[in-house]
Amino acid sequence: MTLLLFAMAVLLLGAVGVLLLGGLRRNGVSFVAAASVVVAAVLGLIPAIQVLAGGETLQLRCPWPVPFGEFFIQLDPLSAWFLLPVLLLSALCAIYGVGYLHSQAGKRPLGPLWFFYCLLVLGMTLVLLARNAVLFLSAWELMAVSSFFLVTFEHERESVRSAGWIYLVATHLGTGFLLVFFILMGRETGSMDFTVWAEKGIHTPELAGILFLLAVVGFGTKAGFMPFHVWLPEAHPAAPSHVSALMSGAMIKLGIYGLMRSLTFLGAPSIWWGWLLLCIGLASGVLGIIFALAQHDLKRLLAYSSVENIGLITAGLGLGLLGVSYNQPLIAILGFGGALLHVLNHSLFKGLLFLAAGSVAHATGTRDTNRLGGLLKKMPWTGVLFLIGAVAICGLPPLNGFISELVLAGASLKAVIATPMEMAMAGLLALVGIGLIGGLAAVTFAKAFGTVFLGEPRQPLDSTPHEVGIAMKAPMLLLAAGCVGIAFGAAWLPDWIVPIASRLGGLEPEKISAMVQTPALVLAIVSICGLALVILFVVIALVRRGLLSGRTVGAADTWGCGYARPTARIQYTASSFVQPVTTLFRWLLGAHRQLQRPEGFFPTKASLTTETPDLTHEELYRPGFLKMNWGIAKLRWMQQGHVQLYVLYIAVTLIVLLAWKFR
Amino acid sequence: MNALSFIPLLLALVVSPLLPGIINRTKAVFAGRRGQPLLQTYFDLWKLLHKGAVYSRTTTWLFRAGPMLGLAAVLMAVTLVPLGNFPALIAFPADFFLFACLLGLMRFFTVLAALDTGSSFEGMGASREVFFSALAEPALLVALATLARQAQSLSLSTIFSRVSGGHWLQAGPVLVLVLIALVVVLLAENSRIPVDDPNTHLELTMIHEVMVLDHGGPDFAFILYGAALKLWVLAALVVGMVVPDTGTLWLNLILSVSGMFAVAVIVGVVESVMARLRLLIVPQLLVGAGALAAMAFLLGLNK
Repeated sequence: MTLLLFAMAVLLLGAVGVLLLGGLRRNGVSFVAAASVVVAAVLGLIPAIQVLAGGETLQLRCPWPVPFGEFFIQLDPLSAWFLLPVLLLSALCAIYGVGYLHSQAGKRPLGPLWFFYCLLVLGMTLVLLARNAVLFLSAWELMAVSSFFLVTFEHERESVRSAGWIYLVATHLGTGFLLVFFILMGRETGSMDFTVWAEKGIHTPELAGILFLLAVVGFGTKAGFMPFHVWLPEAHPAAPSHVSALMSGAMIKLGIYGLMRSLTFLGAPSIWWGWLLLCIGLASGVLGIIFALAQHDLKRLLAYSSVENIGLITAGLGLGLLGVSYNQPLIAILGFGGALLHVLNHSLFKGLLFLAAGSVAHATGTRDTNRLGGLLKKMPWTGVLFLIGAVAICGLPPLNGFISELVLAGASLKAVIATPMEMAMAGLLALVGIGLIGGLAAVTFAKAFGTVFLGEPRQPLDSTPHEVGIAMKAPMLLLAAGCVGIAFGAAWLPDWIVPIASRLGGLEPEKISAMVQTPALVLAIVSICGLALVILFVVIALVRRGLLSGRTVGAADTWGCGYARPTARIQYTASSFVQPVTTLFRWLLGAHRQLQRPEGFFPTKASLTTETPDLTHEELYRPGFLKMNWGIAKLRWMQQGHVQLYVLYIAVTLIVLLAWKFR
Repeated sequence: MNALSFIPLLLALVVSPLLPGIINRTKAVFAGRRGQPLLQTYFDLWKLLHKGAVYSRTTTWLFRAGPMLGLAAVLMAVTLVPLGNFPALIAFPADFFLFACLLGLMRFFTVLAALDTGSSFEGMGASREVFFSALAEPALLVALATLARQAQSLSLSTIFSRVSGGHWLQAGPVLVLVLIALVVVLLAENSRIPVDDPNTHLELTMIHEVMVLDHGGPDFAFILYGAALKLWVLAALVVGMVVPDTGTLWLNLILSVSGMFAVAVIVGVVESVMARLRLLIVPQLLVGAGALAAMAFLLGLNK
């Protein structure tokens, strides 16, 4: 615990130090901040790994002079599991940020950015450790507000300000639901202590159901469940890339953490909880990936793909709950375990992809996939690293994304052959979802990688692209190594995950350990298959080299099917690549098309632009908020601008409240 | 794993290039031609392996790695698929998910290699390939999941040893629907009519063939061999469902191999009697196959 406290103190010191330095030495600011985040991460990861490896739960209680508040922090395996990606990604993104912001150093003050970065890391750590509702909500707000300031770093741009605004509104609407959730919990149990909540549980199913719904909406807004995801595709592209990587890789996972933690408070789950989470998860997954593939902006694409991955995690959670409800412990373990594993995996490859996308934007000055092309030659490292992230996120063997999708598919397949028909239906639904999401993810990332890194540049760029520096390369390399490492070390994962998963499902660990031997063996076999795949590839490569040695290997132009003067503009673009899919789903996507047809005998001008705005934003939130505005406008006569009048309002309110109290 | 499980692997490695030959011979017979030799694919492979190579200046290392990774992935997939009643070399619960993902990996790198050329034709093929297979993958998974529920097992080898003659009598309609879905997936994944026409002359209308336009020499040999192996493994799924266990080793072997040839003949017949569907209709076919498989699942739910 001491180490964790030290870690938090270092973060706080870093934040304050950066503020003090901010005006003085501009490039030094980044170093100080990154150093403090890295030190804090190392200090924090040690106890987290100890707890995961079977060490005892750490805790600390101090009085805190806030009504109902207590500084009560605890590190149990569930918190430690989420602390891993949070701290790891915070440190790596901080290092990346040093290189990323280097060019900005002279232009704008970096102090505030790093101040809020340190606070965001501190907030996320505290959210995971807090065991008192007031402390938790304070940390939650710290996280939300500091990330808002990070999103609006480039606040001189109109789009960034509006994205920040959407984020701020969305996150506070979510917090509103959480406030009600915590107050109801507190009233029911007479305490604000998480450990008390977990012991007592909620015993009336109706109340538990309402609390569950509140938690799903409140935490789901942060995690990005459809249709509460609306802030994600706005905020992620607006933020600086290392911040988007941290937000997408770590921060939205805290929504999942909150949901998992609340499940431990609510007692035995009703059957409809599992179904609800499964449906939300699959809907978020499929819709998320369909919207992702329609995007032209690389970072917006990645943001939608986060919605998809959160969907997969939630579907696993739903399968786990159904497993608990239908008394199928192995399905419960596989569902929860797959969800937990995907949390870690997604933070690794999504962090990697956002950082690589940031490098592309940094080097070329654009994120528009329709303009880019051929970057693999100019940026070989970034290209390979993006490819590793892309293969991992599509759930293709042998990387880590495949491992967690295999566990999730294992849960659904176990459900498919289970006796209760409802369970089998749920399993089939999940399997179809996983298959479809996997296929569409392959479309999305073949497009993303293929059009950005392969072929020729589709349009001339403002600057000549160059490979990024070591400070930006090293964090990406480490994340890619993590993706590979988890894939080949999969056999050891059950030791860490199964205890957490069995606690989530309220199952006895002794019974479970015999049950999970087969899944653990499967993971080992799959790792070996992955290794065999690599060996096969190497053997084939050697054979090819042997065959080609001593023969003529020529170079020519790409075969244009008889056309002699091909140009880069003839290439398939990102939009044309996904056109068949977007046409199939056009009733859903509602893409805006502006087409100017070529006219006359010698047409000179023709153009086509497409844009896919968010469906829920356009159809649900915008009209909703407009209506609300209209309603509120009716009350505008109360706003006269006279201070006396406002004092009168306050006095009247107080009197009414008093009268109500003593009625 | 036992000595018998090397039989499907060895057969696949040696005999798979024969399948395209059988398809072409069937088509020739239908058209009243003599047709190319049955062993034509072997000759092509031999010729290509002895050639040099020419690479487009646009391409990178990825273009060269694509065919190799594709072949490695499909070779790995071969070890997971049983043949008739012979178990696969590697069998474990949920092995068919790995199988489906390995085919996905092969496709992903074929597509990336195609995009690496910067040719609009290859981009077109790549775009269609990922689109159709995104719809075919759920159909394949649902079909196999239905079989898994029928056989109460999650490993391909056990599933196919349990789905036998008696099963066909009990749950005939379920298995027929699954079989239709699997055949549609087989045709789509191997770029055969009615989804794709391997013999067309117009690059605009191709899917798979246009993606590999720029490959030549040993790389193209890897692609051809990989395609033959892919046809073999998907045909093995169909054969595994149908071929009964006779109890005699040699009879089983003969039945399985002739089953594979029969699938090739059926593919040839399909290619001879129908035209390629319009590209806009292909998604309906694939979703239809998925729907059939889902219907089969529902029919066989009270297992």
